[in-house]
Amino acid sequence: MTSISSLSAAFTGRDPDHQLFGPVPDRTGQSYEAVHPKRVGFFTDTSVCIGCKACEVACKEWNTLPMDDAHGQIDALGLSGESYDNTGMLGANSWRHVAFVEQSRAVDLPMPTVGLPGADAGTRPLQDPPVVHEGVPASATTAEQTDPQQTSSGDREIRWLMSSDVCKHCTHAACLDVCPTGSLFRTEFGTVVVQEDICNGCGYCVPACPYGVIDQRESDGRVFKCTLCYDRLTDGREPACASACPTQSIQFGDLDELQARADERLRALQDKGVEGARLYGRDEGDGVGGAGAFFLLLDEPEVYGLPPDPVVTTRDLPSMWRHAAAGAAMVLGLVAGAFAGRRR
Amino acid sequence: MSGAAGTPGAGGAPAAPDTGGGPGTPGAGGAAGIPGAGWRRADGAPAQGRERRRRGGRRGGARDGDPVVEEAAFTSYYGRPVIKPPVWKQPDVPLYLFLGGAAGTSAAIGALADATGRPALARAGHSVAAAGALTSVGYLIHDLGRPERFLNMLRVLKVTSPLSVGSYVLAPFSALTTATALAGQLGWFPRLRRVSGAVAGVLGGPMTTYTAVLLANTAVPSWHTPYRELPYVFAGSAMAAGGGLTAALTPVGEAGPARRIAVAGAAIELGTMHRVEQGHGLVSEPYRIGRAGVLLRAARACTAAGVGLTLLGGRSRAAAVVGGSLLAAGSALTRFGVFDAGLTSAKDPKYTVAPQRERARTRDAAGEVTTPLS
Ligand code: SF4
Ligand code: SF4
Repeated sequence: MTSISSLSAAFTGRDPDHQLFGPVPDRTGQSYEAVHPKRVGFFTDTSVCIGCKACEVACKEWNTLPMDDAHGQIDALGLSGESYDNTGMLGANSWRHVAFVEQSRAVDLPMPTVGLPGADAGTRPLQDPPVVHEGVPASATTAEQTDPQQTSSGDREIRWLMSSDVCKHCTHAACLDVCPTGSLFRTEFGTVVVQEDICNGCGYCVPACPYGVIDQRESDGRVFKCTLCYDRLTDGREPACASACPTQSIQFGDLDELQARADERLRALQDKGVEGARLYGRDEGDGVGGAGAFFLLLDEPEVYGLPPDPVVTTRDLPSMWRHAAAGAAMVLGLVAGAFAGRRR
Repeated sequence: MSGAAGTPGAGGAPAAPDTGGGPGTPGAGGAAGIPGAGWRRADGAPAQGRERRRRGGRRGGARDGDPVVEEAAFTSYYGRPVIKPPVWKQPDVPLYLFLGGAAGTSAAIGALADATGRPALARAGHSVAAAGALTSVGYLIHDLGRPERFLNMLRVLKVTSPLSVGSYVLAPFSALTTATALAGQLGWFPRLRRVSGAVAGVLGGPMTTYTAVLLANTAVPSWHTPYRELPYVFAGSAMAAGGGLTAALTPVGEAGPARRIAVAGAAIELGTMHRVEQGHGLVSEPYRIGRAGVLLRAARACTAAGVGLTLLGGRSRAAAVVGGSLLAAGSALTRFGVFDAGLTSAKDPKYTVAPQRERARTRDAAGEVTTPLS
């Protein structure tokens, strides 16, 4: 079990316990309670997402979030023109956001004299021209033909990527680190939650999050984000989005189990030759010490609007404090020096 | 940045075209050699217009087969920002930064003027410190989404939160400077006044720099990346403003130290700001373009003119007043410019994605998969 403290090594400059970044050490047995719940999270497998937005609806209903448009404006309706995505982004009023990415790529049509390879005949309809893309193994493209999110027409292949985004519940959460009121806190489940009765709307957490998750609700003044359904967890129920997802694209559970399941799923997809499959937020050595909510993606993270290599800003805070202290000393020294000089 | 980063784009900016396609590194299980396995965003999305403009802006254009990888190419989700731009309001927050810095230096000046027998300079220092601290607190509270809960700032002390540390500096600082200034005006408790003035003067040091950490300790690329320089920029800027303002309010005979502080601060501000504006590749760009660029050019002009007047004005009080005001204006404009550059870098996904992609690529090339280091 990993539990996380946001105690800081800021003034020492050394961080042997990885309190500011990196993999956190095992702290089993260090909790106040005799039995401590395990760290939970989400594994969002985007390869089976069908873009139904049931998660978005379930989240809004359970958490009674206000309606908003693709720019977070409350009580506004609007079509974004961005595929089927009219939610636009995660924000104070949308704690799940299904991204829709429409992609196409050119394929080289075979010369008429070239026959279909025998191995492909069974898996691909005859009117479908064989897909040969430079550098892409033929087996990969064959596997894609069984992917419902992908089709080919003429010399183009078209695919639709869908992914339900959510707060990552980072191991090293910048939002939590920078919150001056202690409103943001780490729960017993290893998740990150805002205490709305304490938040004073200073807004510091908003630009601190490397994923652009948490945001201020203008009409309210405070900030809001996914709580991983803290209220449901304490009652032993799974989060609303996970229970609403019809394809099990959103899987909820103990983080270590989810990680094992994700590794297995990635291997299976790679064995089938699905190109571009990768886990995002799974690596505990990454810039946020691994995410509590991690993803299986089919393309680069930035295609889905995710940062390719996020780093918790607090990693550099010890160095910042040292420079600030040196700067402050410089000011005091120069001021004193100015008085020590000539008298006039 | 490699390759085309140096190629002049249409606006004189380094080209970082949003290709709308995979940015190139073959990901885990990806097909080797083909950027993003050849996938591009399908036509029709609104962001496409922007992409074309960018791509067209690159000299020579791209031909099929050109290695997109080499060109600091980046992908975004319909051009939307990756991080959330700060919700801090203008002019509240830039003024809070400026006033806090000016007050910090002035408090130190006031304390030392008191100790070295310069009553007029001491009075000016204490007054600027108290006025600056109180207005700065006012702007901070006004910027809160729930101003009535401002006392929650002192609910905990967290060294990981510059705003928490800052609150614990600002709260005693504003109380002490106000007490010192009042006691000075009324002639009460002269001994106690010296003590409170001295403590406020020491707190004045951190007052000048904690706000730099406040900005740098975010995911905003143009604030975070120059985190080594920003504290010195803010320190210099605070000295220029505090020195300039107290010099303007003091008869020239006593204002010598204030003038020297102002000039030294202005030199530091100009020098370190130059490194912020030029030294960080792509993320330095927001400091040179748009509104931030205009503000920062104006800041430089004001600061330089203020230094000139302060140095050459001799013992003319008018020159001290105009010069000091120019230095303060330059300091304020610097804060507005830095603030604005951060907003620009947060709103355009280019500044978030391209450097991170570059970092990831370098790391992958080095064969190292864990521990990201910039
Ligand atoms: S994703 Fe952002 S809001 Fe969520 S825990 Fe991490 S830093 Fe906080
Ligand atoms: S806005 Fe609220 S939750 Fe965010 S840092 Fe400020 S007090 Fe904490």
